[in-house]
Amino acid sequence: MKDHAALAEAFNKDEQRVDWHDETLWWVRQKRDRASHQIPDWEELREAASQIKHNVLSDLGNYLEQFEKQAIGNGITVHWAADAKEHNDIVHSILKRHGITQMVKSKSMLTEECHLNHFLEEQGINVVDSDLGELIVQLAKEPPSHIVLPCIHKKKEEIGDIFHEHLGSEKGESDPQILTETARVHLRNTFLTRRAALTGVNFAVAETGEFVVCTNEGNADMGAHLSDVHIASMGIEKLIPKRKHLSVFLRLLTRSATGQPITTYSSHFKRPRPGQEMHIILVDNGRSVQLGREDFRNSLKCIRCGACMNTCPVYRRSGGHSYHTAVAGPIGSILAPNLDMKQYADLPFASTLCGSCTNVCPVKIDIHDQLYKWRQVIVKEGYGDKKKAAAMQAMAYTLSSPKVYRIAGKAGRLVMKYAPFAVNNGLNPWYKQRDMPEPPKESFGEWYAKNRS
Amino acid sequence: MTTREKILADVRKSQPPLVAAPDITLWENRQQVDGLTVLETFKAVAGNVGSKVISVESIADIKTHLNIIPGSRVLTSIPQLFDVATDAALAAGATPHELENVELAILQAEFGIAENSALWVTEKQMGTRVLPFICQHLALVVNAGDIVADMHAAYKRTQGSDHSFATFIAGPSKTADIEQSLVLGAHGPRSLSIFVLTT
Repeated sequence: MKDHAALAEAFNKDEQRVDWHDETLWWVRQKRDRASHQIPDWEELREAASQIKHNVLSDLGNYLEQFEKQAIGNGITVHWAADAKEHNDIVHSILKRHGITQMVKSKSMLTEECHLNHFLEEQGINVVDSDLGELIVQLAKEPPSHIVLPCIHKKKEEIGDIFHEHLGSEKGESDPQILTETARVHLRNTFLTRRAALTGVNFAVAETGEFVVCTNEGNADMGAHLSDVHIASMGIEKLIPKRKHLSVFLRLLTRSATGQPITTYSSHFKRPRPGQEMHIILVDNGRSVQLGREDFRNSLKCIRCGACMNTCPVYRRSGGHSYHTAVAGPIGSILAPNLDMKQYADLPFASTLCGSCTNVCPVKIDIHDQLYKWRQVIVKEGYGDKKKAAAMQAMAYTLSSPKVYRIAGKAGRLVMKYAPFAVNNGLNPWYKQRDMPEPPKESFGEWYAKNRS
Repeated sequence: MTTREKILADVRKSQPPLVAAPDITLWENRQQVDGLTVLETFKAVAGNVGSKVISVESIADIKTHLNIIPGSRVLTSIPQLFDVATDAALAAGATPHELENVELAILQAEFGIAENSALWVTEKQMGTRVLPFICQHLALVVNAGDIVADMHAAYKRTQGSDHSFATFIAGPSKTADIEQSLVLGAHGPRSLSIFVLTT
């Protein structure tokens, strides 16, 4: 299993591509800035959103029960899933009961987290992702690399090749307009022939039992309104207390995500249409554990806008796949260790702790503080990098003894002067992507001793 | 213990001490800027997200702006427009799949929002939920006096109403998933025309 550093190194081999990836995401970040600066009370909105989510987390038990009661009253079937497996089994059992073997899906990071597609395929159920970006990565047999822009790592020529192979577009066609039209025709047929649709949930309202799904493409609506069975999967933290609170979140969400004032569609599902079955699956999968971690519970406020990824200097230059988890970037790096501390021990270290993520977060999650705190937990629990621990011990020994320190400094300067190959090689991580500096002739201590008079 | 009981017990064990939700009435009760500014903002934002805004003085005026290809299927919920095409009258509760070939749908929006140009369309106005998504082109009609300033005013306006399904629509269906190049007409309508009734 490769860690973030190794995966980032592979991504960094193609320097031009890294620059392109970096600039594209920074452009999205700039659009977010322009959109947010047009709202005079943007900071007050962020604070309100953060506080509303705080209230939700502090009373989540009651809100869940209230939401369930309202949703059932609205004619929706409510399911509870403790973990990914239970969630996947529930989806499978609903489909099985209807004898359905094909399902269309709109974007749901939760189902990525649960590896639903893989599970259903093993059960002989065909799943088609209908968000264009998700369809592209699905055809490429890759996970999404970004929660809002799933194929941001792919060039249009590569997408052209994928569409040529799978959807029969002209060989060499890479015009986004034509490729999108190809997907439109293909997916329209899919929407019309699927009896079951699964969507994610952006917000669920405890007061009314309704849920809101936001898309630009209209794919969630196409799937849901043409289906006999609509399944909506949501993490238990997606609740908000009242309908009026949607105003705060819908003002923040898309401006933070892409710089649009709102998504094209913000659909409010309250009751199934006559003859339709509607299901909601409430999924815990580690969230109640994270809720109990005082230092990390704020991560559950996340509304999945992706702003922290677009601004992150590490994400932009290492790509989403280097995080080897469903939700990449800074927010993913504070969510993943809760699920599996050992497997994701590297992620809180994949950051410069510059704090830009915290500054753009629309619900004011203290992301970089949590990254720093996770590092401490991970090292304390014994999941830290062993080489780094040894190096730190050697460093502590050197720095605690003036004599050892002087000898080490002199030795270092001599090696760099007379045997530069000893440090200018691939074994030294600092030599990768940069040249080692010229060694100074003497240490500051030596210079000071000579010049102080 | 059922999964439900377990999750609720785990949540209650983990949740922090109760904190009240913030008061957002300040936004809800904010004085609306004058109608003219709101309308101008609405038009400007709508243009930015790819909608076409057309001011009309009457419903009948809308007809002069429609460019309907003979034989194409048009559906509308607005009685004064039933004569724009054969069988244009929208029947409630149609089979969704049967709407696959709709070229143009003309629907009434309850109100619009200046800050993001979104229009509130409810199931009652759609007849069949899938209609505003499955049609090739969509036209929404809104009264100039029904444009509110922001989302807070919007939700305040929906208070007390009860819809099995309703949606905010802001612009045509779109995607920028291929190298961030904006393409209109992803899965839903390729265009959105907004007729603003000024009288």
